[in-house]
Amino acid sequence: MDDLIDGLLSGKVRPLAKAITVVENDQPGKRELLKRIYPKTGNAYLLGITGPPGAGKSTLTDKIIANLRKQGKTVGVIAVDPSSPFSGGAILGDRIRMQQHALDDGVFIRSMATRSNLGGVAKNTVDVIHLLDASGKDVIIVETVGVGQDEVDIVRIAQTTVVVMVPGLGDSVQIAKAGVMEIADVFAVNKADRDGADKLFSEIRAMLDMVKGDIKPAIFKTVAVDDVGIEELVQGIYAHGERVVASGLMEKKLAEKAESELRAYLIDNIMERSTGLTIYDDVVKRVAAKEITPMDGVEEIFAGLEMMAS
Amino acid sequence: MDKKIKVLIAKPGLDGHDRGAKVVSRALRDAGMEVLYTGIRQTPEQIVATAVQEDVDSIGLSCLSGAHNKLFPKVVNLLKEKGAGDVLVFGGGIIPNEDIQGLKDAGISEIFLPGTSTEDTIEFIKNNVK
Ligand code: B12
Ligand SMILES: Nc1nc2c(ncn2[C@@H]2O[C@H](COP(=O)(O)OP(=O)(O)OP(=O)(O)O)[C@@H](O)[C@H]2O)c(=O)[nH]1
Ligand SMILES: [Mg+2]
Repeated sequence: MDDLIDGLLSGKVRPLAKAITVVENDQPGKRELLKRIYPKTGNAYLLGITGPPGAGKSTLTDKIIANLRKQGKTVGVIAVDPSSPFSGGAILGDRIRMQQHALDDGVFIRSMATRSNLGGVAKNTVDVIHLLDASGKDVIIVETVGVGQDEVDIVRIAQTTVVVMVPGLGDSVQIAKAGVMEIADVFAVNKADRDGADKLFSEIRAMLDMVKGDIKPAIFKTVAVDDVGIEELVQGIYAHGERVVASGLMEKKLAEKAESELRAYLIDNIMERSTGLTIYDDVVKRVAAKEITPMDGVEEIFAGLEMMAS
Repeated sequence: MDKKIKVLIAKPGLDGHDRGAKVVSRALRDAGMEVLYTGIRQTPEQIVATAVQEDVDSIGLSCLSGAHNKLFPKVVNLLKEKGAGDVLVFGGGIIPNEDIQGLKDAGISEIFLPGTSTEDTIEFIKNNVK
């Protein structure tokens, strides 16, 4: 464990990779590992990339990495792909777009499957971010799975969330109701080489004109495959980061993030203890038989937990 | 939580035949494994760097171009250099029977030729990944 931690803190690749495996799979030692590296976290800039399937998130990530590297920044990437609900397996295909960076020591890319976690990222994504952060990466990019309308956990994780949109996915009503629209700090209208990009751009801009938020999202056109518009996008991302700090929103964001992390573990922990109670199965049965309501079932379980504690 | 078996399916060299690699990737996914597919035209160095970062249990190499005798052992040697010699390496593609023993001696655990069922590959991985 000491070797693992020393190695990862000094930025070595294999210890970092092994530590991520421990964390991703909830293996023994995870709690100790996180406890020891936690004080070294909080230095990286966290960038989220989300948007519908096939929008170009991975291709854009690849180009953003290249841009950041030119500025001398080290980069960690977590690329999340969906697990099959049938087999539990997954094809982790995001990385295929980023292989030009495979031999760059300043870039560490890790793929994760959602393992049926909802929300667009994997359950342990946040903990993997902590490891990359502690290993000294300047910027950490999280690419979510291709999202529909409500997989928006990324907003609680990232300091800046880029929503990638592409022409041809639907009319303006669909755009308006998509949950991902509301979480954007920065918009990238990707595949701007295609018909409809200008229309989409003005539709999003018109929508933004009606928003009254603290900071209005900026919007950029990109052609990720041709490396067009990336410099402007990265500048826009930094500009957002600076505005967040200047407006004092940073503290609020960090507090929200901390609370959401705490909450996730709290729920996990309560569930684990509850399902461990001998009365648990019986309570489930009685709820199913409509003898008691789910709310009363919770009261019984909490009574059981209190008895265990005393 | 059961740890999922994580496999990297990779195509070293200039070989562009990717159907077999994709068929195998999907079969392993359907068998409940987490499969990284990194596309065609990967150097052995890229494949090994990827395997180390992703901490995969196993690497499946696919080659139909005839360059397997050079590329497959290179991957095994680089893995050892990076301290990842414990990763299970196997392969498949158009590979003459007379080359198989040499590849096994070089550290490639098994070779799967056209016509073998993906079930055999799945069995093999499940039995040999620690
Ligand atoms: C389709 C095909 C093509 C397609 C490829 C399309 C694509 N995107 O894949 C096209 C037309 C593009 C093509 C081009 C060429 N081809 Co071609 N092609 C074939 C052909 C007819 C079938 C291959 C195929 O897709 N099979 C179906 C898949 C599912 O089977 P598979 O790949 O063999 O995979 C199975 C197993 O091998 C194994 N397997 C494969 N990989 C792996 C990996 C792991 C980890 C495991 C466990 C198992 C495994 O499991 C799979 C499922 O059972 C073969 C002949 C043949 N009968 O194999 C020639 C063949 C492979 N091609 C050949 C040649 C020479 C070429 C060209 C050089 C021709 C030319 N002069 O231009 C080019 C090179 C292209 C390139 N950039 O590399 C030769 C190779 C000769 C050699 N090795 O010495 C072959 C053998 C034909 C021949 N008899 O001469 N080709
Ligand atoms: N025409 C055009 N195609 C693009 C552009 N950017 C990406 N693509 C293509 O779009 C396809 C999907 O790109 P990815 O980067 O894999 O998209 P993604 O959003 O990461 O996809 P998922 O992770 O599967 O949701 C690929 O074939 C890319 O080459 C672009 O700007 N213009
Ligand atoms: Mg992707």
